[in-house]
Amino acid sequence: MKRTVSLGSRSVPMAVARTQLEPVLVRRLLIAVALLFLGLFILLPLGIVFASAFRLGAGAYLNAFLDPDTLSAIRLTLLTAAIAVPLNMIFGIAASWAIAKFQFLGKSLLITLIDLPFSVSPVVSGLVYVLVFGLQGLLGPWLADREIKIIFAMPGIVLATIFVTFPFVARELIPLMQSQGNDEEEAALTLGASGWQTFWRVTLPNMKWGLLYGVILCNARAMGEFGAVSVVSGHIRGLTNTMPLHIEILYNEYQYVAAFAVASLLALLALVTLAARSLVEWKSKQHLADVRLTHKEALEI
Amino acid sequence: MALVFRQRSILPGFGISMGITLFYLALIVLIPLSAVFLKTASLSWHEFWSLATEPRALASYRLSFGASLVSALLNLVFGVLVAWVLVRYSFPGKRVLDSLVDLPFALPTSVAGISLTALYSRNGWLGRPLEAIGIEAAYSRLGIVIALTFVGLPFVVRTVQPVLEEMDREMEEAAASLGAGRRQIFTRVILPTILPAVLTGFAMALSRAVGEYGSVIFISGNMPMRTEITPLLIVTKLEQYNYAGAMAIAVVMLVTSFLMLLVINMLQRWCSKRSGG
Repeated sequence: MKRTVSLGSRSVPMAVARTQLEPVLVRRLLIAVALLFLGLFILLPLGIVFASAFRLGAGAYLNAFLDPDTLSAIRLTLLTAAIAVPLNMIFGIAASWAIAKFQFLGKSLLITLIDLPFSVSPVVSGLVYVLVFGLQGLLGPWLADREIKIIFAMPGIVLATIFVTFPFVARELIPLMQSQGNDEEEAALTLGASGWQTFWRVTLPNMKWGLLYGVILCNARAMGEFGAVSVVSGHIRGLTNTMPLHIEILYNEYQYVAAFAVASLLALLALVTLAARSLVEWKSKQHLADVRLTHKEALEI
Repeated sequence: MALVFRQRSILPGFGISMGITLFYLALIVLIPLSAVFLKTASLSWHEFWSLATEPRALASYRLSFGASLVSALLNLVFGVLVAWVLVRYSFPGKRVLDSLVDLPFALPTSVAGISLTALYSRNGWLGRPLEAIGIEAAYSRLGIVIALTFVGLPFVVRTVQPVLEEMDREMEEAAASLGAGRRQIFTRVILPTILPAVLTGFAMALSRAVGEYGSVIFISGNMPMRTEITPLLIVTKLEQYNYAGAMAIAVVMLVTSFLMLLVINMLQRWCSKRSGG
């Protein structure tokens, strides 16, 4: 008689299962330690944001959003993301097309350079723009003569945001497009489609889930960036304060409920981003399975 | 377009896509970054050196690297454990927890900063019991380590997880049938397989922690020489209009992040060689 033991969803013969699983006690202990660690560093920090925001009830929570400075911070954050994200999306699509579809010299150097903003400290990213456009910067005197203000004004905030979110879309798309190869595009071109038709009808549908996730991630970071924006913004209330910066001001003024109320919006955005990630992962797996199935059917015919 | 360095392909659009890529990359990243080095070149070597190695800067390097190292080591140990538990075992709520591991990537750093401070300050959920046993968590070096551990948490988990998922269980079975115990299997079979991924995640967490600003400044107390991290020192110097001082320290940080990027790239190449071979 063959005894089996369930391991997740599968059934495995007992002899194999014993070599793969630790004793029950060890297993439970490992799970407990992992849960404790994640609870301490993920669940509690997340929970206290909402607990503190609603500490004085829903009225105080909603009151926080009546402050005109808070509203202008929300508006500036939305506007900044609305400029930075589409620009980085266009760049991401162009970069992934060039890198994934063609072979050329210096490709890995280019990929490394695109990743560069990830490894630079946010504070240094902000400083870089101060040294170019600030009054003491390389272009400072020239800009001052023409009364163009970039640092301590909105253009600086947008530039710093673009810098820190620069790699997100490209990084999602490059590996995805590399794994898909050129076959479908080459087939479309041989059948007489133009370059643009090929891109819109073949490439874009294939990469849409990766693109969507890259854009969502880029947006989350664009709305939440603190360090780089803090250096270039000048912290002028109602004018150059984004949501993350406004949280700092409210917190330092001991307006805890208001600070956590604004923070709760950004925490919600983070949760939506994570949910979207799970959804996109699931969808792209499905898409991949569909594609494999049609390929198999085609082969069988 | 006949570019010599490119292999021929029937796909169109190389010129325009590469053009956009290089133009945007140069405009946003390369030219501004080189401006830092250009501006710093106006300092003499002696000036630069004395600004970059003044006592307050040295203290901040020690703190930033020390705390980052401790937090990356914590993440190494617990990251491998979390990845292992998520891949090998099943328990209720596992899928939700799995997607929540990425929270530190998605949560703005200032939100993380105020929530960790609220947790660990004297009246906080965790600060109060810690204070009762004589541990001051917020406004101390311990607070900095806590914030940096939060920020670097996803890296090791996310580099190790796919390697564990794809690992050939037949190797473990073979080792077991040859008489190896569970501990031997772990140190001789599993550990060598995941080692490149573990080190890559460790280096990424370390690199992220060294440059981190937003989540730390709320919880650290920001005392010069004691709890002042390097990115904060740059901001302080900027606020005092001490551009030369800020620049010198920024160059030190930039050079370290380039070096770390180099190391991470080498580790990643080692990883893909492992999984490919």
